[in-house]
Amino acid sequence: MSVPPSSAPAPLADAPASVADVAAGLRSVGYLPGESTALVSFLATRLGKPVLVEGPAGVGKTELAKALASYLGRELVRLQCYEGLDEAKALYEWNYRKQLLRIQAEASDTGWDAVQEDIFGEEFLLARPLMTAIASEQPVVLLIDEIDKTDQEFEAMLLEVLSDFQISIPELGRVESRTHPIVLLTSNNSRELTEALKRRCLYLWLDYPALEHELEIVRLHTPELSETVARRLVEVIGMVRALDLKKPPSIAESIDWARALLLLGVKEIDTDTFMETMSVIVKHRTDMDVVADRVGLKLSAPADVA
Amino acid sequence: MSPDRRDGPESVSAPSIPDGPESVPSKPEGLQAPNTRLDRAPTSGADLDGLPARILELGEELRREGVKVGTSEMLDAFEVLGEISWTSQDDFREALAATLAKSQEDRRVFELVFDRFFFRAVEIAAAREGVREEDRASLEELSDEQLEDLRAQIAAALRDGSEGAMRDLARMAIAAFAHRQEGSGVIGVDVQRIRRALGLRAEPQPELPQGDPRRDGLPRDALRRFEALLRRELERAQIERTGNLPPSRPLGELDRALPSGPLADLAAVHRVVAQLRRRLATQGMQNRGHRHHAHVDVRRTMRASLQTGGVPVVLKYRPRRPKRPEIYVLCDVSTSVTSASVFFLSVLHALHDTFRKMRSFVFIERISEVTDIFEHERNFRKVSEQISSDAGVADISGYTDYGRVWSEFLVQVEDDLHPRATVIVLGDARTNGRDPRADIFAQIAARAGRTFWLNPEPRLYWNYGDSVIAAYEEFCTAFECWTTAQLEDFVRALTRPVIAAAG
Repeated sequence: MSVPPSSAPAPLADAPASVADVAAGLRSVGYLPGESTALVSFLATRLGKPVLVEGPAGVGKTELAKALASYLGRELVRLQCYEGLDEAKALYEWNYRKQLLRIQAEASDTGWDAVQEDIFGEEFLLARPLMTAIASEQPVVLLIDEIDKTDQEFEAMLLEVLSDFQISIPELGRVESRTHPIVLLTSNNSRELTEALKRRCLYLWLDYPALEHELEIVRLHTPELSETVARRLVEVIGMVRALDLKKPPSIAESIDWARALLLLGVKEIDTDTFMETMSVIVKHRTDMDVVADRVGLKLSAPADVA
Repeated sequence: MSPDRRDGPESVSAPSIPDGPESVPSKPEGLQAPNTRLDRAPTSGADLDGLPARILELGEELRREGVKVGTSEMLDAFEVLGEISWTSQDDFREALAATLAKSQEDRRVFELVFDRFFFRAVEIAAAREGVREEDRASLEELSDEQLEDLRAQIAAALRDGSEGAMRDLARMAIAAFAHRQEGSGVIGVDVQRIRRALGLRAEPQPELPQGDPRRDGLPRDALRRFEALLRRELERAQIERTGNLPPSRPLGELDRALPSGPLADLAAVHRVVAQLRRRLATQGMQNRGHRHHAHVDVRRTMRASLQTGGVPVVLKYRPRRPKRPEIYVLCDVSTSVTSASVFFLSVLHALHDTFRKMRSFVFIERISEVTDIFEHERNFRKVSEQISSDAGVADISGYTDYGRVWSEFLVQVEDDLHPRATVIVLGDARTNGRDPRADIFAQIAARAGRTFWLNPEPRLYWNYGDSVIAAYEEFCTAFECWTTAQLEDFVRALTRPVIAAAG
């Protein structure tokens, strides 16, 4: 049997040995990965390929990057994308103030050539996130957050960085990566990303977790909350998500709600408690009406589910 | 959900091929997969057994279903398979999915193709080796009580959504009914027959006794999964009987579509309109007329001056912050666009959700501003009711009068139209023989920054009969638009003219 020749880089030095290791590692830093999350994270560390993480807001896309970083003991370099993000903000910029000072300090007794050579050295370079990630001595986790917010031009620029892990600076030459960063790109799917970018990435779709999984997450973050309340909470969150809302509650909001209930010393989630604390999970005026209408009433009904 | 789709003629077993596994190797048309494999890669026949060949076939199959699988993706797939253990089906599937399917839609197609592909691969291998299941026939005929028991068990499994139990019960159900009824020979019909006999329905059945899981209706998706399992088991039995694979069919639209409903559609329109806003804000013409107000960016000017020894030769300007776009939407609500009006109204609804500075108008014979209705009412259904009942569009004849609409619109907004404004018309441009007054429309287009026309008719019908879209197209950009996908195309197309103008 012959597998086509692979151009894979050797697995990273600190790469975990199996999927189970990654799952356990992520758990140990407080992130409970789903099955596919652990698998794709494992593949990312083994193959050194960027991972494109898509999914609705608040399912832990950014958290995953943080958890990976702390599990692998790497620094997290984060590039938050927004409309109009350009190379100067993402790659590098010259520190013109310092350059100016340098010129002034030396202008009187140095020739132009010497100064010119001088002021375009690495000392005067302001490294932005992408540059930081690539030039870092220690391997890092690079998080490019909300890539769908940028324009296609920026995406095109990223291609070079993502496939070759190098940056060309006209005045300096090429900066190549010394270590192999783990790259995570997140997207809320508000815009279709280009094929070229997708081709370079592994794909991970994160969705709202299943009931049991979310229960586990909530329990992990608020261990003091009683099992029954936590279960009821997760069920209610599930009901709320099933409605058509402008912004369905995220996992972070379930945890916030659990904390709020804990602080209030709630023993049972009934209509009154729900109405009072609803604002923790529902954050739109119109959504609140819908939720109060549909879920609030359901809670007041005798628990025929059990 | 879609029983008719499943009744395709292909699922009738091929009659001409004699039974028995030994006949299979001599019948290449029954062995579609290995056959295509040899056709495609004749050079290295020796290597083509085993997993690599199967993965390549899977890639082929995905491509046939419209998933864009490039060579680099295939290489990645092989690479990841080198990293994981092949014994866990979930890992195997997830690893392939991570490399081959790169969007949610693709992922769905991948799941379907993956299941079908490996199901077929296993079955054909089993047929070739002559592996048969013996226990199927050994199940004895069930008594009525046992049958009732089975019904209850299945209903409970569906309610709990436990996949494993459902699979086992599907086999039992098939076996039980095989004794009672003659199979129709068409799998889709058999599936529905068994489902009906079991009394499984999504609707509540209040006549059933308290405590029966079927009483409140069963979850729709569990029901669909159970049907799929029934179907799969029936197919398996058929393949076993005939020792032959039915030809594989391309996935239907119904299969590949993500589960959706009217609310999901509305949500999809909202999502696209959110993109529209971003495009309009960052790439619109609203920068026109602002050139004189450019501010010098001292920082960047100084930095640029370094190249000229500290003398600011080149001035750098501060980037112009995009202003909020203003939108005017005109929406046709006459009878000729009835079929598209729900879509149009949901577009309007979404636009109102996204844009602050927006005025919307509906028109038939005359024009009526409905901005307030949208601003005061969030509920989509109520909005459409209000518009249809008291928008006051002076619906005397029920026929659209575009000429009149333009002149009234121009009177109402003349002073507000400026280059930062975008005018969007939703309508079919059918004038019912009246004067289109393209000259007034031209005035509107000249005053506004950009003008777009979204026409719900297929392009084929444009300019036939009383459609005068050509007259208007001179002054605006017209798009065919009656689905979310086309709306997305429209949003994507928005960038093009701007790039052309800039370059």
